[in-house]
Amino acid sequence: MATYDFVFRALGLERWCTSGGDNAAPMSMEALVAQSSGEEASTSIWELPFPSMDRLNDACQAFPQSRNVTRGLEQGFLNVKDSMSVVLDPLTQPLSWMLEAALYGILNTPWWIVIPGLMLIVWLVSKSWQLLAFVAISLGGLAFIDYYSYAMQTLAIIMVCAFLCVLFGVPIGIAMSRSDKMRAGTIPILDMLQTLPPFVYLIPLIFLFSVTEPKLYGIAIILYAIVPVIRLTDLGIRMVDESVIEAAEAFGMTDRQKLYGVQIPLALPNIMAGVNQTIMMSLAMVVIASLVSAPGLGVLVLRGINNLELGVGLVSGLGIVLLAVMLDRTTKAALNRINASQKG
Amino acid sequence: MIKRSEKNTKIAIRNLYKIFGADPESVLGYVRDGMSKAELLEKHNHVLGLNNINVDVKEGDITVMMGLSGSGKSTLIRHLNRLIEPTAGEVDLDGVNIVDLSGKELRRLRREEMSMVFQHFALLPHRTVLENAGMPMDVRGVPKSEFEDEANKWLDRVGLKGVGDQYPFQLSGGMQQRVGIARALCSNAPVMLMDEAFSALDPLIRTDMQELLLELQSELQKTVVFISHDLDEALKLADHLVILKDGYVVQQGEPQEILIAPNDDYIVDFISDINRARVLRVRSVMEKTERPPENPAGEVDENDNLESVIARSEGETALTYIVTRNGKQIGTLKMTNLVKALVPTAASEEGLRTSAV
Repeated sequence: MATYDFVFRALGLERWCTSGGDNAAPMSMEALVAQSSGEEASTSIWELPFPSMDRLNDACQAFPQSRNVTRGLEQGFLNVKDSMSVVLDPLTQPLSWMLEAALYGILNTPWWIVIPGLMLIVWLVSKSWQLLAFVAISLGGLAFIDYYSYAMQTLAIIMVCAFLCVLFGVPIGIAMSRSDKMRAGTIPILDMLQTLPPFVYLIPLIFLFSVTEPKLYGIAIILYAIVPVIRLTDLGIRMVDESVIEAAEAFGMTDRQKLYGVQIPLALPNIMAGVNQTIMMSLAMVVIASLVSAPGLGVLVLRGINNLELGVGLVSGLGIVLLAVMLDRTTKAALNRINASQKG
Repeated sequence: MIKRSEKNTKIAIRNLYKIFGADPESVLGYVRDGMSKAELLEKHNHVLGLNNINVDVKEGDITVMMGLSGSGKSTLIRHLNRLIEPTAGEVDLDGVNIVDLSGKELRRLRREEMSMVFQHFALLPHRTVLENAGMPMDVRGVPKSEFEDEANKWLDRVGLKGVGDQYPFQLSGGMQQRVGIARALCSNAPVMLMDEAFSALDPLIRTDMQELLLELQSELQKTVVFISHDLDEALKLADHLVILKDGYVVQQGEPQEILIAPNDDYIVDFISDINRARVLRVRSVMEKTERPPENPAGEVDENDNLESVIARSEGETALTYIVTRNGKQIGTLKMTNLVKALVPTAASEEGLRTSAV
C-alpha cells in the first residue's frame, strides 16, 4: 500500500496499474523496514509526500518513474543523433578546418614574425604607444617562461571563434532590429544561451561530435560568445536617432541605403562594444573547453587542477589574465576611436 | 503682386483625415459626422490627428501652417511626402495624388520633388558637412566627386564657406540648420518642407535664419511649406497662413486679413500678444481711392508697415498720407485710422488664456 493508492482507485485505473508489467522500482529501504516489521508505514499529514512520479509509481506500477524522464531524453537524443550528425557534420566541418589551419599557422610561423605581426595589428587598431608597450612586454614575458605556444593556441582559437561570432552575430542582430517577431523569437534563445552553465553546452556536443575534432569546442565557444554581439547590434540599430532615420527617408533613401549608410555606421559603437564582450566571453569559454581537448592555456589550468600543480595553474591563469587585458584594451581602444570620430 | 487666385496650385490637400489608433477606419465615420477630438479619445480610444484638412499650396509661395503643439501641424507636413500615411483623403502634387504612389514612385518624389528641413536638424553625425549637404545627390547615386561642387555652392550660399570638412557636432545649432537648408536646396526640388525649422534656435539666430530664408526665396521662388508655433515668425514669412487647432483648420488666408478679422477666439488669443504696428501693413488699413487728399503729408508704399509710418509722422495724428503702388496712388491713409487699427485685441473671455488660469 502506498499513499496515493486512492487516486488510482478513484479514477478506476487499478486494472491498468496491475497490467503495467514490472515497472516497479527496487523495494525502498523504508518499505523493506515496514514490511519486516509487519505493519503498514503509517503516514500522518505532516509526512505527506509530494505526488511525484516515484511516489505515484509506488501506488501504481504502470506509472512511469522519474528516471524514465532522463532516460527518455537520453534515448530520444541518441535516436536523432545519427540523423543530426549527417546534417551537422558537413555544415560544421569548415569550422574544424579553420581552427586547425589557425592553430597550424600560428605555431608554424616563427615567433619573430608572429609577435611583431600582433604588435602591428595592435598599433593599427589602437594607435596607442602605451598599449603597444604593454602588449610587447606581456607577449615577451609569456614567451620567456615558455608559455608562448600555449598562449598562441588560445589566441588563435579566440580569433577564429570571435570572427565567426561577428560574421553570424551581426546579421542576426540586424534581422532582429528589423522585425519585432524575429526579436521576440530570438531573445528567449539568447537568454538561455547566456544563462546555461558553460559546462552544460559540452554535454550534447560530446555526443554529437567526436572529441578529437576541433569543431566540438569551436561550437561551444561560438554558442556561448555570440550572444553579446547579437544583442548589442540589435540594440545599437534600434537606438539610432529617429529623426535621422526620418531625414534619410524624407530624402528618398532605400532600405539598403538606410542600413549601410545610416543605421550600421551609427550603431557601430554599440556593435564594437558587443565585439569586445564576445572576445572576452570566448576567452572564458576557451578555458572551460580545454575539458573537451581545446589546446592552449586552459590545458595547463586543467593540469594544475588535476595534478595539484599549483605553480603551473597559477602561472597559466595569470597568462590568461594578460591575454584578456590585451584583447580588452585593444578592442576598447578601437571602440574609443570610433566614438571620438562620431561624437564630440 | 500676383493675386493668389491667379497662382498655380502646387499642392492641393483635399479632405485629409488622419486618426491614430488600433483601427482608424472603424471610427472614421464618427469623425466625419462631427465627433470631437476629446470625445473620440474617450469613447473609442483613438486620437484624431487631422480632421478634414483642405489647403491649397500655391507655387512660389511660403505657406505657413501654424498652431500650438498637438494641433497636428507636424503630422500634416509629414503627409505631404507621405512620411505618415493618411487615413482618408488626397494630397495632390501637380495634380497627381501621392497617396496612390508605389514605393518606387514615392522615393522618386522624395528625391526629386520635395526636400525637407527638420526641427532638430537631423544631419548624419558620421558624415562631414559637405557630405551632409550633398546627401540628396548621394542618395540618387551621384558620386562624391560630382556632387562636391554643387554641395559647396549651396554651403557658400547659406553662409558656410570653408566648413565642408568639419563634422556636424563641431558646428553651432544655427550653423547646423544652415547645413540642413543647404542639404534641402542641394536636392534642387521645387518644394521645400520646413518642419519648425527655426524653433530650436535662439531668437537672434532665428531672425537671421528668417532673413536668409526670405532672401533665398526671393531668388529661387521655391514652394515652401513652413511649420511654426510662433506667430511673429509666421506673419513675417507667410504669403498664406493656415491656423490649425485640434487637427482642423480654424482659419486660413492672407496674414493681414487674419490679423484684421480673426474668426475664432483661439486666433484672437494668438494675436493679442503681437506688435501690431510692426506686422500690419499700410494696404490693410488704407482707404482705397485715387482722389488725392487735401494737404498730403507725403507718400508711403502699400507694403510699408505701420511702425515705419508712425516713425515718419513723429506721432502726429492729424496727417494724411498718399498710398502708392509702384509710384501710383492707390489710396490714402489717415493717421487716425492707423491708430484705430492698432487698438489691441484683448485676449478673449472664453479663450485659452482664461481657461489656462
